Amino acid sequence: MTKTTYSRRRVLKTGAVAGTAGLMMPTYLRAAAHEGFTNAPTGDTVTIGFNVPQTGPYAEEGLDELRAQELAVQHLNGEGDGGMLNTFSQKNLDGTGILGKKVQFVTGDTQTKSDVARASAQSMIQKDGCIMINGGSSSGVAVAVQGLCQDAGVIFMAGLTHSNDTTGKDRKANGFRHFFNGYMSGAALAPVLQTAYGSDRRAYHLTADYTWGWTQQESIAAATEALGWETTQNVLTPVGAGDFSSYIAPILNSGADVLVLNHYGGDMVNSLTQAVQFGLKDKQVNGKNFEIVVPLYSELMAKGAGANIEGVYGSMNWNWQLEDEGTKAFVKSFGEKYGFPPSNAAHTCYVQTLLYADAVTRAGSFNPCAVVEALEDFEFSGMGNGDVLYRGADHQCFKDVLVMQGVAGSGNANMVGYDTLSLVELTPRAQVEYEPDHPMFAGGSLGECNPGA
Amino acid sequence: MDSFILQILNGLDKGSAYALIALGLTLIFGTLGVVNFAHGALFMIGAFCAVTMQRILSLSRTVVDETQTDFLGNPLQTQVPYVQDWFGPVAGAAIQDWAVPLAIFLTIPVMLLVGFGMERGLIKHFYKRPHADQILVTFGLAIVIGEIIKAFYGANPIQTPMPSAFVGTVDLGRYLGLGEGAVAYPTWRLVYFFFSAAIIAAVFAFLQFTTFGMVVRAGMADRETVGMLGIDIDKRFTFMFGLAASVAGLAGMMYAPILSPHYNIGMDFLVLSFVVVVVGGMGSLPGAVLAGFLLGITQSFFSNPAFKGYFVELLRLEGTFAGTVITGLDQIIIYLVAIIILLTRPRGLLGRKGVMED
Repeated sequence: MTKTTYSRRRVLKTGAVAGTAGLMMPTYLRAAAHEGFTNAPTGDTVTIGFNVPQTGPYAEEGLDELRAQELAVQHLNGEGDGGMLNTFSQKNLDGTGILGKKVQFVTGDTQTKSDVARASAQSMIQKDGCIMINGGSSSGVAVAVQGLCQDAGVIFMAGLTHSNDTTGKDRKANGFRHFFNGYMSGAALAPVLQTAYGSDRRAYHLTADYTWGWTQQESIAAATEALGWETTQNVLTPVGAGDFSSYIAPILNSGADVLVLNHYGGDMVNSLTQAVQFGLKDKQVNGKNFEIVVPLYSELMAKGAGANIEGVYGSMNWNWQLEDEGTKAFVKSFGEKYGFPPSNAAHTCYVQTLLYADAVTRAGSFNPCAVVEALEDFEFSGMGNGDVLYRGADHQCFKDVLVMQGVAGSGNANMVGYDTLSLVELTPRAQVEYEPDHPMFAGGSLGECNPGA
Repeated sequence: MDSFILQILNGLDKGSAYALIALGLTLIFGTLGVVNFAHGALFMIGAFCAVTMQRILSLSRTVVDETQTDFLGNPLQTQVPYVQDWFGPVAGAAIQDWAVPLAIFLTIPVMLLVGFGMERGLIKHFYKRPHADQILVTFGLAIVIGEIIKAFYGANPIQTPMPSAFVGTVDLGRYLGLGEGAVAYPTWRLVYFFFSAAIIAAVFAFLQFTTFGMVVRAGMADRETVGMLGIDIDKRFTFMFGLAASVAGLAGMMYAPILSPHYNIGMDFLVLSFVVVVVGGMGSLPGAVLAGFLLGITQSFFSNPAFKGYFVELLRLEGTFAGTVITGLDQIIIYLVAIIILLTRPRGLLGRKGVMED
């Protein structure tokens, strides 16, 4: 018979070692991972919230996001053809929901207003018990909702948000952005613009007067000035100005030979259309053809602008015309369900939903801190953008960036906007990467992840 | 000088849209005494008449082209417009190209119908109600109309091109002796300005030189006395509501190639048009037109960074807080001008005594 003796010192030692080991273990391996966080799922379902603009100026974009999000939920629950689950480099998702819980969702309308979007997200978290919020089509909204999710202790998987600030000065531990940003647009576009238009150019910027416009303008100006271009003027324009003629007329005799439109949505449709009407595309300045650049493109904007986008360069996060297997799978699923190709806003929301589900599965827990750990420095592929990194330092995804140019298209009315953008260059990820403390992204801190309750 | 002329032209162009909407608002207020916050929605319906005509002329039959595939790899379905079947490819394409001007044949009957329907179905029940009630009900109506349009046409702006004959610019610099290309202005905007001028002139001529117009003017001045003369002034005022709706609709229809129509376009113009009406003087038709152009030109100049810079330099305010405020004035300049005018002329530029003063 063996007699075991416990001295006080030994017990304390063992306890200290166990405690330290426990602390060093990933959050998702600790017992606390499965309790003590906001909206911990208890039944056989888990609820996620899709917060997109369903009314207001970006409603079409929001509705396309919603289509993709619904498709993602179907695929997670084992319905349909599985889409990108078949091409995703991780094989944890098997169509049985997330961690065996069937996924259900609620939707909210952001109206592209920060206060409305926050109220909608809050309602989804408090009333509907959402464990994750996904979607949106504006950087102002994304920053506002990201802050709310951080405070509430849920994960925010941002939708279409392109401001440097989202993962720069306003970055949060609970927030993740798959979409690219203004800096990446500048880094991808500048070499193409140099090849097409040369190094001796004078650029005039019209910029939407809010966080996205400011940071995109700063990024594009820095990237083009590094090539030798001169920025002659940057004029801030109010969001939703409608008629930009008063801002466009001074460009005619300003000596500038390039107009950079840092506008999005309806503003871009109107400003580009009006710039073309004022004859800018037919003008010769400084012995060169006048050119227009739209740094951030979307299919729905291209649809609105019609033939005016012909020849105009811009950048995108993803496009349905890519030929990788992930893109093909997603376009097939989406196209067969809805009858037209998905937009890049739809793609980012679809991918974000799957990435969240995969992170939970890998973590083995819905605990937001476990999910954060699982997503940080996570590398994956098969989702339509080549090899992708979710950088841990700022929660920004790094992947190839697309440079697009407006073209005439096939003439098929149903495809305007989809086939009127042509891929010019797939800029490799390395070319658009930057340090987390780059000056354009400085001033922010992720802080600690917040599991909430 | 060339920039100055361009901003004047921009101001006239923008002002003509404000003037047309404000003219309709004033007509309705002057005749029926109703403050119609749904007037912007009438402008929007006009713009969507242009979109609808474009879609009608684009109605197509589907032809399956087995030699090509769509994005899913299925045989490509192409659309052949019926007008091209009926009139041949060249004439059919030309008819489609002129969709916006041809929309006049749709806009006038639709706007008259909408105007009569609005007045008989809703507005007439609010004649004797306070202005606050009228504002609330018409504002609600505007939201309902906007949502109906959104349900049918979506939320995105819809590209509505002008006829290709009007694409491009007119080289006004050559005519004004300022050198070739110095003042190039979009052709369609010039067309819009002259179209607006013609509509404004036609409305004034109608009111000034026809018996119907004379009775309406008499009714606007003293409704009761005209009624006591055995004239059914209500019927004429209903017609005036239809006329005002048509003016707003035509303004929107012709503006569609300038500003791609979307369901909220009316709201964008409504608030500014109300400021125009107040600055011009409630109930004054010439005041509405004058204020429309005045505020359009003012807004245009204060949107020009070169002009604001010159203004700041002139007042020696570079680098000061006041200088910064001036450079951001473009969004509020109209309201500032309105405040100054109302402080100095409480009835507006050409307002009459007793209107909206009870």
